[in-house]
Amino acid sequence: MFAAFLQYLFSGLTSGAIYALAGLGFAIIYNSSHVINFAQGEFIMIGGMASATLVGSGVPMPLAIPLAMLISMAAGIALEKFAIEPARNSDVVTIIIITIGASIFMRGAAQLIWDKEFHSLPAFSGESPIAIFGATLMPQSLWVFGVSGVVIVALWWFFNRTMFGKAMLATSHNSLAARLVGIGVKRVLMASFALSALLGAVGGIVVTPITFTNYEAGIMLGLKGFSAAVLGGLGNGGGAIVGGLIVGIAEALASGYLSSAYKDAIAFVIILFVLFFMPNGLFGKRGTDRV
Amino acid sequence: MNIKTARTGGLALLAIIIAMAPIGFTNTYFYDVGVNAMFNAIVCVGLNLLIGYAGQISLGHAGFFALGAYGSAILTSTYGLPPLAAMLLSAAVVGLLAFVVGRPILKLKGHYLAMATLGIGIIINIVLKTESKITGGPDGMSLGNFSVLGFSIVGDRMWYWTAGVLLVLTVWLALNLIDSPVGRALRAVHGSEVGAEVVGVDTSSYKVLVFVVSAVFASIVGSLFAHKNGFITPDIAGFFHSVELVTMVVLGGMASTFGALIGAVILTLLPQVLAAVEQYEAMILGAIMMGTMIFMPKGLLPSIVASVKRLGGGR
Amino acid sequence: MSLLKVESLSKEFGGVHAIEDLTFSVEAGHIHSIIGPNGAGKTTLFNLITGVYTPSSGRVLFQDRLVSGMKPYELAALGMSRTFQNLQIFFNMKAIENVMVGSHLHLDRRFLPSLLRLPKVTRLDRECRASCAGLMEFVGLAKYLDADAASMPYGALKRLEIARALAAKPRLLLLDEPAAGLNATESREIDEVIKRVAATGVTVVLVEHDMKMVMGISDHITALDYGRKLAEGTPAQVRANPEVVSAYLGAHA
Repeated sequence: MFAAFLQYLFSGLTSGAIYALAGLGFAIIYNSSHVINFAQGEFIMIGGMASATLVGSGVPMPLAIPLAMLISMAAGIALEKFAIEPARNSDVVTIIIITIGASIFMRGAAQLIWDKEFHSLPAFSGESPIAIFGATLMPQSLWVFGVSGVVIVALWWFFNRTMFGKAMLATSHNSLAARLVGIGVKRVLMASFALSALLGAVGGIVVTPITFTNYEAGIMLGLKGFSAAVLGGLGNGGGAIVGGLIVGIAEALASGYLSSAYKDAIAFVIILFVLFFMPNGLFGKRGTDRV
Repeated sequence: MNIKTARTGGLALLAIIIAMAPIGFTNTYFYDVGVNAMFNAIVCVGLNLLIGYAGQISLGHAGFFALGAYGSAILTSTYGLPPLAAMLLSAAVVGLLAFVVGRPILKLKGHYLAMATLGIGIIINIVLKTESKITGGPDGMSLGNFSVLGFSIVGDRMWYWTAGVLLVLTVWLALNLIDSPVGRALRAVHGSEVGAEVVGVDTSSYKVLVFVVSAVFASIVGSLFAHKNGFITPDIAGFFHSVELVTMVVLGGMASTFGALIGAVILTLLPQVLAAVEQYEAMILGAIMMGTMIFMPKGLLPSIVASVKRLGGGR
Repeated sequence: MSLLKVESLSKEFGGVHAIEDLTFSVEAGHIHSIIGPNGAGKTTLFNLITGVYTPSSGRVLFQDRLVSGMKPYELAALGMSRTFQNLQIFFNMKAIENVMVGSHLHLDRRFLPSLLRLPKVTRLDRECRASCAGLMEFVGLAKYLDADAASMPYGALKRLEIARALAAKPRLLLLDEPAAGLNATESREIDEVIKRVAATGVTVVLVEHDMKMVMGISDHITALDYGRKLAEGTPAQVRANPEVVSAYLGAHA
């Protein structure tokens, strides 16, 4: 009983951590630009695919991983520079179509550069499962927890303790005021895309030894990340983390106790339910319309 | 140009194009593509009422399309209902579903609304995939010809003319609606909800109304599509089909009925053209979506009309 | 007879009292002005009266009927309409269509007749277009009959909102700073429009900073400060009230 529950919890926390990283990616970009980046999932895919194929072609892992991160960041910067910046003042719908177009483009490119096959990475520290109260935990899951934790702490430090991070936060609160005190909004925008792409890549790399990856892997991961971000309240980093964990754990429990076929539906059922009662997510700002 | 002549002229032109296009069709495949283009156009004209005119996004309309298709398949194949009755019954159920979910959902704004509609589409997709006893699961379902009062619609040519008549009818209805008290109220919801409320427009009801109307359009076309194809799979409820529909509307021109129509036709034809460069299809499609939106954020038709006006020395 | 009664109305936003225990009434046929320094709660008061906000406590009676808690569109149906300090124009529509939305309640707005363009809908629409054109002329917008709302200057949009509100045929019209941002000539013109509106029997509640206008056209004035009533009476009485002078006029002089 308890062992099974623990098993589902481990698997839920593992995917939840990845959703949380994806959700943070959405939150960072949303904060700096009010853009929802539907290509966020592709950063995860690029991280996984790039590292897996590099390792597959003989590049040592310690080199392949940073390279994959750089590739993903380059894609993020290119997206911001060529597709988002020229359309900054457009409608919500228009920008949604642009980022969806970008995700289709990146998937097409990935299919062309790599292939349509599934790829994997060797686990970072062996495959011998660890037994805990009758449940088993793969060492790679520990890597997922650890890396996500480190990333979250690093982000906290970046946004609260560094000049540039604080500037990014300031821009999210009031971009006009930020510009007036000399913060380069364009630079902040670009940094937010690079940072989100980096987060996506990290998530993609650590999870690939567990889930495998292919050129289409980013679609569902991206949508789950969006769910996490919305569930927590758009633009709320902490909310995105909580949202990601909730989605991950709920999915794992649902697939364990109810039906694995409805696993993917659970996230969306939860979201609809929450939004019916809390239209700004769990921790979103409850603004009153000023008229 | 006054509104009346633009309406009649546009409708006449559309009818003429539909009637004349088959002159260039060299085989039945052209008719098939033509039918798909017009089916998409009908869905998009309906969806445009929601997105373009009332300003409410939906990333889940493929779900309503699929429910129409599966409703017809299940009611005709499993329960032996006549196709027309099955189509109307499905549309009524979809309308009811849209009404029930529409109330709470349409209180949401912007990205939250996008998330909620996306969720509904995905849930419908997963249900269709999973409940295989009723829907045939991922393998899909097959169904028979569409017939009305003993008269069957068979073959691409006959479907072409059916779709043509329905498209002209749909455009006529949409143009009527937009230029009526109801249509103005919808556009006012887009312009300023509070501004509309204080002169007596019950904005939440109008949002639900247009959500239901666009869902019913999608459902009816879904039913027809299912009969025409003879076979359906849960993929028609997929996220990508929803995105495709929204892209057609936005690419062609939001708040322009003929724009939505043109967007639907272009995006239906595009894959046929790109089939020649199959490897690059996704990249080119993505690039076109980005490029159009960056350089013509208002969509093709409104941007073209605006530049023609500029060239003509008008305002 | 009082057309509108506000009774011990309060509104809190996160512990801050925007309106506190406010009581006053508006006589039918009057031009009744609400004055007070920035942040006195005037716009909040408008939002409470017109149903945009729900009061924390207290009540609003319109034609002796309890209306607090009702939605703006329900109040519009009872004969209350308003304009906004920050324009709420339908920029996606033509100017005249903005006004036509104003007559929404007086048209055939059933779905099927609209969809099928039945003759009754067309006829009412044609009449509506003509009467809305008349309203645009009434507020001095004759030259914008064919314009897109998005192409009109600020001053004209202020009047367009008045025309839209009038198209709803209200008994009570609330105007939120109709002259804000206008130059002296434009202000005088708005002044004229308000007088003409009042002359047709519509009761007007006015929030305005332009003291010359307020003192010139008001029958009655309520002065607010920090969400409370500071003074009320005729323009002469309010002008003579020392508290008003120090809180408002003095601060601005």
